[in-house]
Parts: sequence; C-alpha cells; structure tokens
Amino acid sequence: MLAGIALTLVSIWYGQHHGLMPVQASEDAALVDGLFDTMMIVGTGIFLLVEGVILICLFKFRRRPGDDTDGPPIAGNIPLEILWTAIPVVIVLVIGVYSFEVYRIEGGFDPEAAEQSPIQVAMVSNSDVSTPLMAPQHKGHHHLALGVGATPDEMTTAPDLTVNVLGLQYAWIFTYPDTGVTTGELHLPAGKDVKLVIKAQDVLHAFWLPQFRLKQDAIPGQDAELRFTPQRVGEYPIICAELCGPYHGAMGSKLYVQEADEFDQWLQQQVASQSNADSTVALQPSEPTDADYLSAMADHVGVDASVLERLPHTLSSPSELVPVSLVGPQG
Amino acid sequence: MTQAEALSETRSSHDHHPGPQRKWQDYFTFNTDHKVIGIQYLVLSFIFFGIGGIMADLIRTELKTPATDFVSPEMYNQLLTLHGTIMIFLWIIPAGSGLANYLIPLMIGARDMAFPKMNALAFWMLPPAGILLALSILFDAPQAGWTSYPPLSIMTGKVGEGIWIFSLLVLGTSSILGAINFFTTILLMRVPSMPLTAMPLFCWSMLATSALILIGTPVLAGALILLAFDLLAGTAFFNPTGGGDPIVYQHMFWFYSHPAVYIMILPLFGVISEIIPVHSRKPIFGYLAIAYSSLAISFLGLIVWAHHMFTSGTPAWLRMFFMITTMVIAVPTGIKVFSWLATMWGGKIALNSAMLFAMGFVGEFVIGGISGVMVASVPFDIHVHDTYFVVAHLHYVLFGGSVFGIFAAIYHWFPKMTGRMVNEPLGIVHFILTLIGMNLTFMPMHALGLQGMNRRIALYDPQFQPLNELCTIGSYILAVSALPFLVNMIWSWIKGREAGDNPWNALTLEWQTSSPPAIENFETLPVLRWGPYDYGVERIPEDIEPPLTSPELQPESSALS
Repeated sequence: MLAGIALTLVSIWYGQHHGLMPVQASEDAALVDGLFDTMMIVGTGIFLLVEGVILICLFKFRRRPGDDTDGPPIAGNIPLEILWTAIPVVIVLVIGVYSFEVYRIEGGFDPEAAEQSPIQVAMVSNSDVSTPLMAPQHKGHHHLALGVGATPDEMTTAPDLTVNVLGLQYAWIFTYPDTGVTTGELHLPAGKDVKLVIKAQDVLHAFWLPQFRLKQDAIPGQDAELRFTPQRVGEYPIICAELCGPYHGAMGSKLYVQEADEFDQWLQQQVASQSNADSTVALQPSEPTDADYLSAMADHVGVDASVLERLPHTLSSPSELVPVSLVGPQG
Repeated sequence: MTQAEALSETRSSHDHHPGPQRKWQDYFTFNTDHKVIGIQYLVLSFIFFGIGGIMADLIRTELKTPATDFVSPEMYNQLLTLHGTIMIFLWIIPAGSGLANYLIPLMIGARDMAFPKMNALAFWMLPPAGILLALSILFDAPQAGWTSYPPLSIMTGKVGEGIWIFSLLVLGTSSILGAINFFTTILLMRVPSMPLTAMPLFCWSMLATSALILIGTPVLAGALILLAFDLLAGTAFFNPTGGGDPIVYQHMFWFYSHPAVYIMILPLFGVISEIIPVHSRKPIFGYLAIAYSSLAISFLGLIVWAHHMFTSGTPAWLRMFFMITTMVIAVPTGIKVFSWLATMWGGKIALNSAMLFAMGFVGEFVIGGISGVMVASVPFDIHVHDTYFVVAHLHYVLFGGSVFGIFAAIYHWFPKMTGRMVNEPLGIVHFILTLIGMNLTFMPMHALGLQGMNRRIALYDPQFQPLNELCTIGSYILAVSALPFLVNMIWSWIKGREAGDNPWNALTLEWQTSSPPAIENFETLPVLRWGPYDYGVERIPEDIEPPLTSPELQPESSALS
C-alpha cells in the first residue's frame, strides 16, 4: 500500500519534471507537452511497477541452495487477469481520447486542407518549364488533407500570412507569395496565424520545428500544410527529418520569430533588395545563398554549377516555380 | 510421485540407447534434419549479428563527434542501411526461424518438419542473399535506409539498390517457405495426445508468427518488384516525376514491415513463456490468455502499419484510426508481461544465464512498450517521428526484447542442442555487460530525440555531443559483451560439462529425449503424461499408456524415415 502510494507520487512528480522537451514556442507545443507529461506519468508508474516486481523476484523469490522443490502450482487467477486487461484498456482509451483532443485543437482535422487543389509538380516534365506550377490544377486524385491545419477557432478565417516552403537536396527555400520575397531562412511574425505550404522538389523531406512540436513530410507531387501561431520571439532550428541523401544531416535552416513590426521591417528590406538586384537574389548580405551552400556539395551529388546558378532565378517569383532538376530521376 | 521422480524414470530409459549422432560435416550440407537446419540458421544468424554489430559500432564511432570525420556521408548511409537490413532480415528473423526449426518438432513430438526438403531449401537461400548484401559494402551498397523510400531509393546507386531488392526478395521467399513449414507442422504433426491447448506456448507464438509472415511478406515482395521496375526499367509506380505516388510504396512496405516487428518479437515472447516457468518452478500464469494474446497481437499487427506514416501523406481520419489500433496492441502485450511477472512471483527462481536474460527481456521490453504507446499518439509522434526517440524505442523492442530473448533461448536450450552445459559465470558476465551496454547506448537516445536530434544523420548539432558520447561508450561495451558469449559457446560446446537429457527438470517434450536428440528425435513417439507447465502439481500415478507404434500414427514425410 505504502509502496503503491510512493510509486504513484514518484510517477506524478517525474512525469512533470522530466525536463526532456525543448522550449515551447507556441500554444500547440504546450498542448503536446501536456499530453507527453500525462503519458510520462502513466509510463513511469508502469515502469516502476514492472521493474520493482522483477527486482523483488530477483531477491525474494530466488531459489535457495539445496531446495529442489517446485513452487506453488498457481496457474491463473481470473479476477486478477481481468483486472490487468481492463486497466490497460482504460489507460489506452484515456490516452487515445486525450491525443484525439490535442490533435483536434492543434488543427489536425482542418477541413480546408481537403478542399485545396493540390499542385502536381509531378505532372510537369522538366522540358515544360514555362507552365506555371502555382496555377490550380484540376482536382486530381491527391485530395488528402495533409499536415496540421487551422485550429477550430481559426477555421473560418484566412491565415494572416502564408509562406511557401520548398524542400530540395539539401536546403529549404521559403517564398512569401504576397511580396514575392524568396529566402533561405524563415522569418515569421509572433502572434500571427501562419500557414506554411510545404512542397518537395526531388525526394521526400520532412519539415520539423522541434520547438513547435510540428513536423510534416514534404512529398514531391503532393502539397501539405502546417498552420500555427508562433508565440515566442526567438531563433529556432528547422530540421529535415526524412532521409534525403548523404547530406541529409546538413539540411537545415533557421526560423526567426520576430515582433510584428520587426518582421514587417525585415520583409520590406527583402522586397527592396530583391527588386534592386533582380539578377541575384540576396538573401542577406552576409549570408551565403543556397547556391553557394550547395556548390560545396555539388561534387558529391553530381550537379554541375550552371544548374546551381539557375536556382535563385527560377525561384525568384512564386509564379515561376520550376522544378530544377538537381538530381535527375536516375541520377 | 513428484515431477523429478517421474522425470528420472523417463530419463533412465534413454540412457542405454544413444541414437546415431550427426557428424560436423552434416552442418555444411543440404541436410533435411530439422535440428541440423535449426543449428545452421542459428549459427548463420549469429555471424550476421556480428557483421551488423560491427556496422553499428562504426556508426556510433562516426556519431561520437558532431562532424563527419570517420566515414564519408555516403558510406555512413550505406552502413545504416546495411545495419538495419542485416539485423532484421539476417539476424533476428533467421534466429527466430532457427529456434522454431530446432524446437517445434521436438516440442510437439514429431520426427521432423512437415516439408523437410523445402525446409533445407529455405535455409540455403539465406547465405547467397546475405553474402551478396554484406559484400555490397565493398563496391556499391544501398544507401536509402532499410525502408528504402522512393524517390530517393531510385535516385541513388542503381547497383546497390538492385542488390538490396534482390536480396530481400530471396530472404522473403525463404521466410515464406519457412512459415508454411511451421504452420503445417504445428497444426498437423502434434502427437495425438496433444490438443492445441496443451501445446507449449512457443508453438502458439510460432503459429501467430507464421500467419503474419504468410499474409505480410507477399505484399513486401509486390512493393519490391514494383520498386525494381521503377529502378531498372524506368517505370513510374512510385516515381512522382512520371505521375507515380511514393506514398503507395510506404503503405505496401509497412503492410509487411510493421508485422515484421511482431515476426521478430513473437517467437521470443514464446521463448520467454517457456523459460520463465521452468526456472521459476511454477506453472505459467494464464496459459490461455498468453496463447490467445499471441493471436490477438498477430491480428492487430496487421492493421497498424500506417502509424509509421503519421507525418507522411496520410489524412487525419487515417492517422486517428491507426493511432487507436496501435494503442490497443498494448493490451494483449500487457497481458503477457503481467502473466510473466505473476509466473515469477512466489516461485523458486534459479538465477542462471537463461533466466537472467529472460528477466532482462521483460524489464527492457517493457520500456520499449511504454515508448511504443507514446509514439502511437499522433500529436506526440508528429514531434518525435524520425528522431532518435524512435531509434531508442525500436532498439528497446528489438535489442532489449528480441536479442535478449535469443540469448535467453541459446542459454536455455544449449544443453539440449549440444548435450553440454554452458559456463554460468561467463554467462552472467555476458548478461551484466549486455544489460549495462544496452541501456547506456539506447537510454540517452530518448532524450536526444525529444530535444531535436533527427535520425539517419552523419553530422549533428554540437549541443547533442555529450549524450552521443555516452551512447558510443555503451555501444563499445556491447561489442565487448560479445566476447564472453563467444568464448562460452565455443568452450562449452567442446569441453562443457555433460548435461544429461533434462538438466532443468523441464516438462515439455523436447526435454524427454536424449541430449542432443537422436536423428529422428524420439525412439517411440512420446505420450503426454502432464501439461507443459505442470510444475509443483502433485500427480496421481496413472497407468502409462503404451507408446504409439502403429504405422498410421508415424509421420511419413521425413526424408529419413
């Protein structure tokens, strides 16, 4: 009895003080952490129970030297077996319902995602570069709501800001369709409802924001979205979480969550610098462009420099997004 | 009459008739004896365990530092692909097949498997496929991960990917042939006095495993053949540049590869259900619950595959459906774990190597089970999918579970297989080193994944270095832990103490014949006189039925009969 109380208290304490999760940068993150804490409480309890029983068996129920007799022939106990079937059923149901709720509040059931017409990069061959890929295609068979959409409260309103995210070996390219700005780093305003439209150009990638507890695979030929409201100003890693080639580990970027006015300032700067120099897309003067970044790896992946040179041009306007064939299908 | 007395009676009858024994050359030939094939499977799988383990330590050496300073990134991806593929398809699955081959006929009182030639064929498919796969590291190994997702898998080296597909097709075929054999043998070749509900639990778990193999593996073969067309013939089943859908591959792949997890763990569930009662000297607690939970896991295992795709191209309703089915698997699994604990509780536990590994299995597997329920939860899995949290989870299930189970099985049945005892002190050293090494390697990975370290990367954020160093040290301890095991196996096989027929005083049929068993297992087919786990049960002496000698009751399919 005492052991049971101690076990429960330790579990509850540890479940909330494990300190294993990174910073929470949005309200969604806090929701997921609440779910994780609950599972940690239950998990710690089960862990301590099982390991405790094993340790007791190890010390208390070991065979004494010289004792060759058998133990008591107990082959079952129906009420006990019903109990340890029923309790996991209840635990699983509670965690299932809790997970369902968190997913709903995050926006996992956003119906708008289902109505979006997918952009079928796949249908456009490399020679057909003039076709504007952003134009809505006919409603094909890819009618899946992928990713995390609007929260139930925001479902009726349009997002404050939409950013197109393109994954390619080995970089993320961000395009702000309202202004035509293209960058290699993501800047977002704090407290605004943001929608990221996630695409992939060559192979599967996964767009992961650990501090936001959000991840969505970028799939060539199928759009996905992540819609969330960043709350905490700061600099966060963006990680590719799906094996995309030898330099998968190097494929990452930064997310800067800024106050709304700072963000506007930054966006204006980008608009100015990108329209001034229409032949080179300066991301930030001190930052290397993606082409610079990639050229270091060009030898390894067998891409010639001219392809890399084309990269910023072709991405300078969202209406001319072109599948650059960095690595051919048989590359 | 106590069990021990009853056993000594049966034993004495064998002492005067040592059956003909196998020569060592037999183990290198196309032999149809299930015991030879079982040993062949086990030895081969341990060789590949060594190869996969060396690869794991190379991976961990690379990950000791954040930079890519040990192997090239291409080589790193080749290593992780081969490590995963070899450990799954050439270590755990064949080791399970080896145990099943060796034990099933002995446990059910048969003279051989139902289809001995097909059995030998299934084994001899492994070496060419395995050697081809392992040697590919020397020229052009596959490097798209053991999941081999297109489009990446059809864009990296054609030769390596082709070898990977070919090897897996051969290994899958071998696995299907093996499963047909297990399934048929268990259902049709039990001694007449053994109903299904008096079967040892290992046979139940192999029944469930074989069903999974037979349902799942053909779908994998389909996926691989379509992938081969995309790779070699330029079709576009999965290639988006031709209008194909890479997500379809993921569904087909996981339709096999999630059940594969149960193909890898269910046989060892059976092993643990055998070992714990023997060394606790108590009946298994809840025989029927354990038997039926194997079938429940097998069925549920078929409808959970998309939980590997919660961040992929799956709509919300699908994510929710697979979340619930996945979580439900915790219930039959929990029944097993609690039943094992209850079996040990109040017993008289012999703390030998076999039992320690079995207890280690329960303790480590439960950690993988807990994290398994966590990753089943969609919102949480969105955060940890493809991170080191998942790496930690799967290694707790497959190393803490399957590998501990295989070691337990080897220590437990070594006296039966060789007629000699293992060296217990060396076995206990092996257990302690494995336990420490395993937890040091994989426990910190939970934290790494939660904090933001993704998997399958050769270079990582320097903030993760301290924990990675711990993991690397742990992996070296695991490498060292193989030494006492190797020494023990070789030494005990040659010079170990004579074991006698039934050193553990166990009640299942494999212990009622000589050690090692004669070529056709039983001189006369045994008759069940007690249940498989009737420890401590005081039995009224009965008239012993005459042995079954009528020809129609003797299995005729054995090539040797």
